[in-house]
Amino acid sequence: MIELNQFLILSALLFSIGVIGIFLNRKNVIIILMSIEIILLSVNINLVSFSYFLGDLTGQIISLFVLTVAAAEAAIGLAILVIYNRNAGTIEIEKINSLKG
Amino acid sequence: MIHSIVLLPLFGFVISCLFSFFKSDQTIDRITQIVTSLFISISAILSFYLFVINLSDPQVYKFTLFTWITSGDLSVNWSLYIDAVTRVMLVVITSVSALVHIYSIGYMSHDNSKPRFMGYLSLFTFAMIMLVTADNFLQLFFGWEGVGLASYLLIGFWYKKPSANAAAIKAFIVNRVGDFGLALGIFTIYMVFGSIDYQVVFENAEKFNETNFNFIGYDINAITLICFLLFIGAMGKSAQLFLHTWLPDAMEGPTPVSALIHAATMVTAGVFLVVRCSPLFDLSVEASSFVTLVGASTAFFAATIGLVQNDIKRVIAYSTCSQLGYMFFAAGLGAYGAAMFHLFTHAFFKALLFLGAGSVIHSVHEEQDIRKMGGIYIFTPLTHAMMVVGTISLMGFPFTSGFYSKDAIIEAAYLSDAMFSNYAYFLGTLGVVMTSFYSWRLMFLTFNGNTRMEEQKFREVHESPYVMLIPLFILAIGALSFGYIFKSYFIGGASVEFWDHSIAIHHHEHHHIPFLIYYLPAMLGILGFIIAWYMYLKNTKLPAAVASLNEPLYKFLLNKWYFDELYHYVFVIPARGIGKFFWKIIDGYFIDGFGPNGIASMVLKISEKARSIQTGFIYHYAFSILIGLSFLITYFIFVI
Repeated sequence: MIELNQFLILSALLFSIGVIGIFLNRKNVIIILMSIEIILLSVNINLVSFSYFLGDLTGQIISLFVLTVAAAEAAIGLAILVIYNRNAGTIEIEKINSLKG
Repeated sequence: MIHSIVLLPLFGFVISCLFSFFKSDQTIDRITQIVTSLFISISAILSFYLFVINLSDPQVYKFTLFTWITSGDLSVNWSLYIDAVTRVMLVVITSVSALVHIYSIGYMSHDNSKPRFMGYLSLFTFAMIMLVTADNFLQLFFGWEGVGLASYLLIGFWYKKPSANAAAIKAFIVNRVGDFGLALGIFTIYMVFGSIDYQVVFENAEKFNETNFNFIGYDINAITLICFLLFIGAMGKSAQLFLHTWLPDAMEGPTPVSALIHAATMVTAGVFLVVRCSPLFDLSVEASSFVTLVGASTAFFAATIGLVQNDIKRVIAYSTCSQLGYMFFAAGLGAYGAAMFHLFTHAFFKALLFLGAGSVIHSVHEEQDIRKMGGIYIFTPLTHAMMVVGTISLMGFPFTSGFYSKDAIIEAAYLSDAMFSNYAYFLGTLGVVMTSFYSWRLMFLTFNGNTRMEEQKFREVHESPYVMLIPLFILAIGALSFGYIFKSYFIGGASVEFWDHSIAIHHHEHHHIPFLIYYLPAMLGILGFIIAWYMYLKNTKLPAAVASLNEPLYKFLLNKWYFDELYHYVFVIPARGIGKFFWKIIDGYFIDGFGPNGIASMVLKISEKARSIQTGFIYHYAFSILIGLSFLITYFIFVI
């Protein structure tokens, strides 16, 4: 029997991988999007596992919402990325600094 | 009648001001010239009428126009107060001003801002009339500053000339020193008397004779202090020794201005002030002897400078300075009548000389250096004749105006036993020789001898138009006859009735003056004439020889006793140094450095730093969000 703790540890690991993936990647924006996806999934795991162990279905329903939002987010993010690539000719993170003051 | 004397010049000023806004053309110029000249001429005729009807049966006219200032105990009226002294001044001011207005029509015919010029002249006349018709010190001060302003505007009339601007500023600043003294004098009067009305002050003067001020351990007599301060004001306005440096420079202005302001009227305001305050000056021996000392020194000092100057107007300017010195020492010795008499006659012959000089300058195409003139009397016989009249009156040739008035002053110095009276007598007599010498030197160098002009220019010399010559004729009549006509009123038997307590008159028991003393000034004047004739017509090599023989003395006189240089080193350079110190170090370095500039540059530095935090990389922002979030969570978990 797998215990709640093990689910939570997995979820925490996935979350950390996602967060670290955002900071440490020097490549391109797609990886950031993927990292965000991983973070959302780790949250989903949390929600589902709590739902299962506490016997409350609400968590699983919320996780379905999260999945939907994540899909929409990925679609918008990729669309922005495509447009950005068309305008700037690059999606390399090191070169995207037009927010600079 | 009195109101129109006072207000016509003001109307003239206002009208020509309005006209000067229009684009200048022939008609507008002509209208302003005629209107202002007409107004002042009416004013002059009325003043003369007023003067004549009050000659033997004087009255005091007093009109209060309105209350000017009321503040606590201080109440100042705007009023017209016409007594004998004012009537004399009014005649001088308005008649010379009217003639100068008319003369300017000719003299300024080539200028293209005539309405402005006529307007300033009228403004000056109005301010000067305000000065002399005041019945309190504040209105006098108003007129005093008004004439200063008009003088500034007129000296700098040709404002495109840097030297004219510099001269105008110099005149204003040097006068400021004097005006400061005058203002302090008025404050002191208010402090002592509690009023600044002439009547109150002069009636109560004797009561306060023993009042003392304690000033850093010294007891100063109040009346003496007041007189000293008022006299400092008079020194500034009347270009007396130490505050005289502006007058020669003021010759940068147009010549009619020099005639009106710097010979006949404004510079005599100081003499007027001393005479007006004669009840006060009479009480203070110290102040009176100071007046004598300064006056006599100026009379001598300015005459010595006049001996060697080469600019036709500057010679006359120094002569004015010197004659003002005569008036002051007469006033200082208590001969107020003689001072006023000399003021009166001097206005006519000096204005005549100045306008004559203007006519000469006009004739020889704006040349002012008498070394570059000579022999022009053939072409300008009328100007020459008028200048001769002015000169013989100035040198005190018997039976001209100058003879009576100057004689009266020198006699007063001879008879007086006040302090410095011998000093004044000696310098005054010496001054007579020099006056005659420099006047004739000017005449001979300008009109007689061989010409030193270029051939071409010499042939183009022409007589001035009649609009310029007629004022000269009228002034010449004054310069010749007024002394004889009015002497009994000013200084002779009828003087007590004439002045009617408006000035302090001392009753000398009639000393018998030796024949030699009586005619000494006239003889000395003729001696000066002979010396000038010998040096500049007979033996023309002599002046250069004398100059080279006494090189240092000549240089000393030519450079005006080095007063300008002295003031440059004593006042101008330190003032500039202090100004530079405050500008560069205090203001530029400390105030700006720590004040606005410091804060601004600090903001710039900090924002530069803050800007570099904004790298523009998304992941940096995300990282900082995370750090912040984790701090917040830690805080909530562990603290709450």
